[in-house]
Amino acid sequence: MSSTTIDLSSHGVTRHALRRRVGRVTSQVLLFIAAVITLIPFIWMVATALKPAGEVFANPPSLIGSSIEWHNFADAWNYLPFGRFMLNGLIVAGVGTIMVVASSAMAAYAFSRLKWRGRDGTFLIYLGTLMVPQEVLIVPMFIIMRQLGWINSYQALIIPWAFTAFGTFLLRQFFMTLPDELEEAARIDGASRWTMFTRIILPLAKPALGTLAVFTFIGYWNSFLWPLLIVSDVNMATVPLGLNMFLGQTGNQWNLLMAASTISVIPSAIIVILLQRHLVSGIALSGMGGR
Amino acid sequence: MTITRPIEAPRQSPATSKPPAARQRGRGPRDRRAALGFLAPNLVGFLCFTLIPIGASLVLSFFEWPLLGEAVFTGLANFIELFTSDPVFWQVVGNTFYFVAGYVVLNLIVSLALALWLTSRVRWKGFYRFVFFLPVVSPMVANAVVWRLLYTPDDGLIAWFSTTFTGSPGPNWLGSSEWAMPAVILMSVWAGFGYNMIIFIAGIEGIPRSLYEAGELDGAGWWRRTLNITLPLLTPSLFFATVMTVISSLQVFAQPFILTGGGPGSSTTTLVFYLYQKGFQAYEMGYASAIAWSLFVLIMFITIIQFRSQKKWVHYS
Repeated sequence: MSSTTIDLSSHGVTRHALRRRVGRVTSQVLLFIAAVITLIPFIWMVATALKPAGEVFANPPSLIGSSIEWHNFADAWNYLPFGRFMLNGLIVAGVGTIMVVASSAMAAYAFSRLKWRGRDGTFLIYLGTLMVPQEVLIVPMFIIMRQLGWINSYQALIIPWAFTAFGTFLLRQFFMTLPDELEEAARIDGASRWTMFTRIILPLAKPALGTLAVFTFIGYWNSFLWPLLIVSDVNMATVPLGLNMFLGQTGNQWNLLMAASTISVIPSAIIVILLQRHLVSGIALSGMGGR
Repeated sequence: MTITRPIEAPRQSPATSKPPAARQRGRGPRDRRAALGFLAPNLVGFLCFTLIPIGASLVLSFFEWPLLGEAVFTGLANFIELFTSDPVFWQVVGNTFYFVAGYVVLNLIVSLALALWLTSRVRWKGFYRFVFFLPVVSPMVANAVVWRLLYTPDDGLIAWFSTTFTGSPGPNWLGSSEWAMPAVILMSVWAGFGYNMIIFIAGIEGIPRSLYEAGELDGAGWWRRTLNITLPLLTPSLFFATVMTVISSLQVFAQPFILTGGGPGSSTTTLVFYLYQKGFQAYEMGYASAIAWSLFVLIMFITIIQFRSQKKWVHYS
C-alpha cells in the first residue's frame, strides 16, 4: 500500500504543482489588469493635464499629445489660488485633527479609566449620536454659524466637527484594553491623573491615536458638503471646494481642469504611500473591522 | 514570615503615607473632579455642536422658516407635505435606494474578491494596496471631475472603448435619465471599494493560520478553504462593512453633485442632494430639516433591520 500511494501522489504532486503555478501566473496577470483598470482614470487625468487644449478628445485617443504642455499646471495653479486652497486645507485639517485627537483622548480617558456617577449614562448619549447623519446637523449648524458671524472663516470649517462622539468612542475602546496595573504604580507614587494620562496612557495609545489622526485629517481635507455651504469666498476655499469653483469657471477647459485635479490628488497619493504599510493594522486596531 | 510583614509597610512612598483606607476614600471625589476636567472640552463642544443642533433640527422640522423671514410653527405640515404632496420626494427616495442597492452590492463583491485575492500568494501586495486605496483617499470632487471627462459622450475614453469593442459609442452616460444613475454608481464603486477591501484584508489576516493548516492537511483546495474557513470567519467583518456602506451610501452627495447636478431632470437627485436644494438653494430651513429627519429615521430603520437579521448569518467566534 505504501509504495503505490507514494507513487500515485508523486505523480499527483507534479501535475498539481504545474496547475498551481499556471493558476498563480494567471492570477498575477489578472490582478495586474485589475490594477491598471483602477488606475486608468488617474493615468488619463495626468495625460490630459499635459495635452494641448485642442487634443483632449483626439481620435484615436493617445496618452501623449503632440507636445507636452507643462505650463497647464502653472496656468491652473494661477487661474485660481491653488496654493491658497492647499494652505487653507492644511490649516483646517491640521488644527481640526489636533482638536479632535486631543478632545477625544481626554474624554475617552474620563469614560474608560475614571469612575464617576453618571458615566455610563453620559457615554450612552454619546453612543446614541453616532448614528445621526451629518445632514441632520448641517441646517441648524449653518444657522448657528450665521448667528456667530462665522461664514467664510476657519472656525466654521473646523470647530463644528472637532468634538466627535466617534473619536471618543474609538479611543475609549482602546483605553479599555489597557490593564489597570499600569496606572497603579504611578498612583502609589502620588502622580496626578493628568500625569498618568500624558505619561502612561497616551504613549501606549500611539497606534490608536495615529489611526484616528489620519482618518480625521483625510476627512477634513476631503470634506465637501460643509465647505460648500459655509464658504463662498474664494480665499477661504479648501481643495475640493476650490476644484468645484474651478469647474464652475473653466467649464470645458479639460486640460486645465485635469491639471487642477492632479494637483489636488497629489497630497492624497503621498498620504497613501506613507501609510500603505499601516493601513491594515490601523483598521484592524481601531475596531473598524467589526471584530 | 510573620515578622517580615509589618516591616514591609514603610516601603510605601512618602507621598502616600496616609493610611490606605483614607486614600481609598479620597479617590472617589478626586476622580470625579478629574473626570470633569478631562471631559469638559469635548462635552462642551459635543453639547454645542452635536446635541443641541440635533434637538434644534427636530424643532425646526415643525416650523416653516424661510432663512430671511419669520419662523412659523406649522406642526407636522412639513412632513405631511413631504410624504403626500411633494412631487419629487418619493422619486428622490427611489433614486437613493437605486444608488444604495447598486453601490453596496457591487462594492462588496469587488472589495471582497480583491481582498481574497490579495491575501493569497501574490507579489507586489503593497503596490496593489496603494492602487486600490488611492481613489478612497483622493478627494471625491477630483474623482468625479475625472470621470466626467471619461463619460463625455462620443469623444470620451469610455465611448472610445465602447466603439472599439462593440462598434457603437454607447449611451450618453450622464445625459440620459436611464444611464445617469448607473454611471454615478460605477464611478462611486471605483472610488469606494478600496476601503472595504482593506477592512476585509484585516479580517482575513486575523484568522488563525492553524485553521488553514488543518484545512491544507485535509487536502482542501483554495476554493474549499475560502468557502469553509475564510468566509464564515469573515462574516463579522462582512456585517460591519455592509452596515457602514449602506449608511454612508444613503448619504451620497458629492458624486451626483459633480457628475450630473442631480439630472437629467431629477433622475440622480438623492436625498441629501434634495436636502441641499431645499435648504441651501431655496432656503427653506424647516422643510430641509424635515428631509434630514426622514433620512435619519430611514438610516435607523434599515440599520435596525440589519442588526436583527445578523443572527441568521454572522458567526462570532
